Amino acid sequence: MSTIARQDPITRPTYHEVTRDIAATIGSPSRSYYVLLGVVLVVLAVGVGALLYQIRYGLGVAGYHPPVMWAVYITNFVFWVGIAHSGTLISAILYLFRSAWRTSVYRTAEAMTVFAVMTAGLFPVVHVGRLWYAYWLFPYPNQRQLWVNFKSPLLWDVFAVSTYFTVSTLFLITGLVPDIAALREQAKGWRRRLYEITSLGWRGTDQQWRHYTRAYLYLAALATPLVLSVHSVVSWDFAMSIVPGWHATIFAPYFVAGAIYSGVAMVVTLLVPLRKMFRVERYITVEHFENLAKLLLLTGMIVAYSYGIEYFMAWYSGSPYERASFWNRAFGDYWWGAWTMILCNGALPFFLFFRKIRRSIPAMFVLSLFVNLGMWFERFVIIVSSLSHEYEPYAMGHYTPTWVEWAILAGSFAWFFMWFLLFAKNFPTVSITEVKEIMPMPRRGRQHS
Amino acid sequence: MSAQPAGILASYRFVDAAADAIQALKAEGYRDFTVYTPVPNPEIQQAIGHRVSPVRLWTLFGGLTGCATGFAMTLWMSFDWPIVVGGKPIGSVIPYIVIAFELTILFGALATLIGLVFHIRKTRQPGAYDGRFTDDHIGIFVPCGSERRQAVETLLRDAGAEEVRVEA
Repeated sequence: MSTIARQDPITRPTYHEVTRDIAATIGSPSRSYYVLLGVVLVVLAVGVGALLYQIRYGLGVAGYHPPVMWAVYITNFVFWVGIAHSGTLISAILYLFRSAWRTSVYRTAEAMTVFAVMTAGLFPVVHVGRLWYAYWLFPYPNQRQLWVNFKSPLLWDVFAVSTYFTVSTLFLITGLVPDIAALREQAKGWRRRLYEITSLGWRGTDQQWRHYTRAYLYLAALATPLVLSVHSVVSWDFAMSIVPGWHATIFAPYFVAGAIYSGVAMVVTLLVPLRKMFRVERYITVEHFENLAKLLLLTGMIVAYSYGIEYFMAWYSGSPYERASFWNRAFGDYWWGAWTMILCNGALPFFLFFRKIRRSIPAMFVLSLFVNLGMWFERFVIIVSSLSHEYEPYAMGHYTPTWVEWAILAGSFAWFFMWFLLFAKNFPTVSITEVKEIMPMPRRGRQHS
Repeated sequence: MSAQPAGILASYRFVDAAADAIQALKAEGYRDFTVYTPVPNPEIQQAIGHRVSPVRLWTLFGGLTGCATGFAMTLWMSFDWPIVVGGKPIGSVIPYIVIAFELTILFGALATLIGLVFHIRKTRQPGAYDGRFTDDHIGIFVPCGSERRQAVETLLRDAGAEEVRVEA
């Protein structure tokens, strides 16, 4: 099966069938949905419990140990911000490139973006310990007449991530409005009421489309440089310091490619069960997975190249500290993390050169899980192994994550999946309007062609 | 919500038929009709011939305001409590580019949406409507009094309307 635009005009769904099929995904999912939601809620409860425990007994329950004062929480932050990136790539950048295949998968990717940023945003707050002071991050007039330090990359992060969250949420909602209007006509009961309100009076008039298509184009054009800036800024949290292993000019493109790589993997992880659970195999086909695989291959190769360049620069710089840091990374205390990351991100994507693997959904699903694992370890290795092994041998240390950190990590996955599952049940995870848009409207005489 | 005007509502299954009807209406001098489509369609848009939406000006001015706000806020706050950090000048423009960049995007996006809502409200078309227009039909609503009803109805039917309804 190919993407809808290229399907046979006779078997291709009509406009009405698109509305009907996607409206059918809403409301009454299978039993497996509720089982999954139940599991997710239990894990979330464990994570919340661990967080409450940490609030009660202080940050000491996390495994922070000088000099490693950034660890799993910051790893999680970078990981989740990274996951978000491919959503904007698919929804905004591929929109500007007018790529037709994105229409079936972009809504899922974009919702994933919003929920991943919501998850990422928790971690700086969890990490600072006294989370009720989180508002200190923002510049606001206060009695001490203090302002925040705009020269710090950590503050750039506050602006970048909060802008990213705002813009991607607005972009998601804007894209949803015409779809909700299409569902409004089919829904019943409280859902109809919900859609009447959330469709904001959309009727698809010529004036509405006139302004909407322009606004959507400009939102995509704004989101494109934004997404590239966000992970660049995240990478500068590290690259702007003088820690060996962090202080590298390659960090911004390296992080952006890694972010898109991990995000595309997460899109695959979400789409495989989603298309079965909501029976949208007709709209999300093997061809979509193959296109996602090509994105994975491209970004995976950039990541593999960056790994090579990092080690090369450590050797070529001649700096004994750089060399020691990278030697420690590969053969020191955290060798297992470094080799997991090199294996999952640097080696596995090369399997995607085989068309058989790109077009096998089980293989893609397994591969996507490994990529997610590898990308988490990449951030862990960059953060922990570099901090534990800086300049002075007497100031080096070792960090081991505690059960609290693992529980909060698990809880963050649950938090992310909870939002995604609730969204998928109540709003269309495949864009009705944009799927229709790539099919020509019927013409007199030559119907559906 | 303003009251719905009287007029005629036609629905079309075929895009070329609807485009013909729009051309015919324009040739007859009708300007204030409403076209409903489930998706934005280039053929219909060309037949209607609207000018480009002014929403883009909101994006531009929103972005410029954000950029100016970013630089103004960071510089003013630095000089309001002047403290040397990292041996850099009190007002360091280069790191503030990041803040200005993010606020350019933020204000640009917010202004685009405000502009979108503003212009859609300003050009509101309160004609009659049918639920099929967000599904698979194209609708054309022509506001007209009873004296011209017959002529409009014939015009819409001749272009190939599937259904024509009088909305009083």
